[in-house]
Amino acid sequence: MSDTIIRTQNLRKDYQLGAETVRALRGIDLEIERNEYVAIMGPSGSGKSTFMNLIGCLDTPTEGEYWLNGTAVAGLDDDQLARIRNREIGFVFQTFNLLPRATAMHNVELPLIYGGVAPKERTQRAEAMLDRVGLGDRKAHRPSELSGGQRQRVAIARALINNPAILLADEPTGNLDSQTGADIMSLVDELHGQGQTILLVTHEHDIAEHAHRVVTLRDGVISADVRNGEHRPAGARLNPSPV
Amino acid sequence: MYIREGVLLALNQIRAQKLKSFFAVVGVIIGVMFLITVVSVVEGMNRYMEEDFAKTIFGLNTLTVARRPEINFSSDPDQWRAYARRPRIRFQDADAIRAGLSMPALVAVESYNDGTLVSDNGIEVSNVWLTGASVDLFRIRELEIERGRVFSAPEDRAGMPVVVLGFDAAEQLFGALDPIGRGVRINQQPFRVIGVLKKQGSLFGMSMDNRAIAPARSPMGRMVNPQGVVDRVLVKPRADGVLEQAHSDVEAVMRARHQLRPGEDNDFAIETAESSMSFWIRIKKILLIAFPGLVSIALVVGGIVIMNIMLVSVTERTREIGIRKALGARRRDIHVQVLVESATLSLVGAGIGIGIGIVGGQLVRALSPLPATISPFWILMSVLLGAGVGVIAGLYPATRAARLDPVVALRAE
Repeated sequence: MSDTIIRTQNLRKDYQLGAETVRALRGIDLEIERNEYVAIMGPSGSGKSTFMNLIGCLDTPTEGEYWLNGTAVAGLDDDQLARIRNREIGFVFQTFNLLPRATAMHNVELPLIYGGVAPKERTQRAEAMLDRVGLGDRKAHRPSELSGGQRQRVAIARALINNPAILLADEPTGNLDSQTGADIMSLVDELHGQGQTILLVTHEHDIAEHAHRVVTLRDGVISADVRNGEHRPAGARLNPSPV
Repeated sequence: MYIREGVLLALNQIRAQKLKSFFAVVGVIIGVMFLITVVSVVEGMNRYMEEDFAKTIFGLNTLTVARRPEINFSSDPDQWRAYARRPRIRFQDADAIRAGLSMPALVAVESYNDGTLVSDNGIEVSNVWLTGASVDLFRIRELEIERGRVFSAPEDRAGMPVVVLGFDAAEQLFGALDPIGRGVRINQQPFRVIGVLKKQGSLFGMSMDNRAIAPARSPMGRMVNPQGVVDRVLVKPRADGVLEQAHSDVEAVMRARHQLRPGEDNDFAIETAESSMSFWIRIKKILLIAFPGLVSIALVVGGIVIMNIMLVSVTERTREIGIRKALGARRRDIHVQVLVESATLSLVGAGIGIGIGIVGGQLVRALSPLPATISPFWILMSVLLGAGVGVIAGLYPATRAARLDPVVALRAE
């Protein structure tokens, strides 16, 4: 297996908006290695979200190539993309995107259900993952019975359940207060410390500072790609407190 | 796996929105309810016709010889005039049949009329079903005696004024008293009670127990028919499987007696329980074709309502579908989930419909003389229909949901 997790080549995406063609991405070339910790930054309209959707295999490019963990993604159909999303990508959203009527356990189990994992193994793995994010005592709770930080932890547990090639976090602290956000970021740092490749989309500089590398998009192209010289190790500046 | 999930989801939805769900499935409820009720009644009628009605009118393994068919729905006046011109059946016909049969058999004459009975203690019962019969009728019709006895062969031949009463008639006339040996006037003629029949129950709401049976040659004979004439002759071979042979024997005897030439039609009717069923089978066919037609209209309407509810439900959960897709649900997974939900909804409706339908059938049975039974086959049919309507109604919403673009769906509020 190659150590390049993500490689894009001249990635373009056009949208048809009435008679007008919006060129959201105008040729992105990017490589991300295993266990990199990358933040994507950029103002709104920079093509950040579009790039996220392509990297997350939620959408297909108009032009260009994209290899995810060695698989060429650009030509795949809906169901093949669903399979890639299931196996290779762990999504963490700003708005958590948990199923409101399902328990924490069931939310975490969902990717395993669609991956065809047997019920017994599903339960074991989901329980272990909830323990790992510190929610061992909240398994039977529904999202409405959990705090924002706890919801995002459920979402992270769900994202990690299939050991994805990449954890894709889109403004993971956007809906959280700063203390809870810091706790979530220290969890993300910890996951990186355990070898997880992480792609963080944010417009907040102090969140982006957690990453080792910051890629800035502007008008559909990469305007900057900077490696953070000094990186604070996970948890060093925080007082971890129960969420 | 997500089948179970879909079922649970649908049940949750139903619990959360009881009224909306009820309206969603009301068409299916009504359709299935009608189906079950109507089929219960038709099936009940059918069993009744096969087991009780035909047997009561004709008896099993028995030929009935009469001037015209017992059950006739012809409204053609020419047909009725032709029947009226036919010669009557007489005592002598019975004797000739008895002599002409090629196998041992019970042969009896039977005539009916209505009349009034007055007991020797002055109690009057009207509209009693009077029967003039020969003694073998009791064995052919399997009429069993509760107390006393049937009339003897000598009493039969001599036309003695003795009578066997039906259970209800005896009870009304004599109450708790022992009716055996008591006197009773039938249409003013004095008779002596020698026996009481066991209780028979009722047929289409008519009591089979308000009756009186006396020898055909007794004064009863003239109350039910002109002198020497009988309604019908009953022939019951003592062995099974020779009814066909008996039929041709009887036909030959009767044709000879009526001096019919070859090629001329019979001017009498020979019937069996089996042949009398043909008219019922025709009615049943019509019922079983017409009613499911009406039921299917209700189910189509029900299906359209479910489809709309599912479309709303899918639209409301666009974001949820987006989440599922992001987590790896394929089109097929979403498709199956929506179909399962739709089928579950419809099945709950079908279940309620089956329940109400069974209660409806029982109500019909309780409030009318129509019987009602329901076979597991039709319950299974209703369940399959319910599931089928749900699946078909779910197809379009499921396809819409499955085709959602995950990027768009995830942005939905």
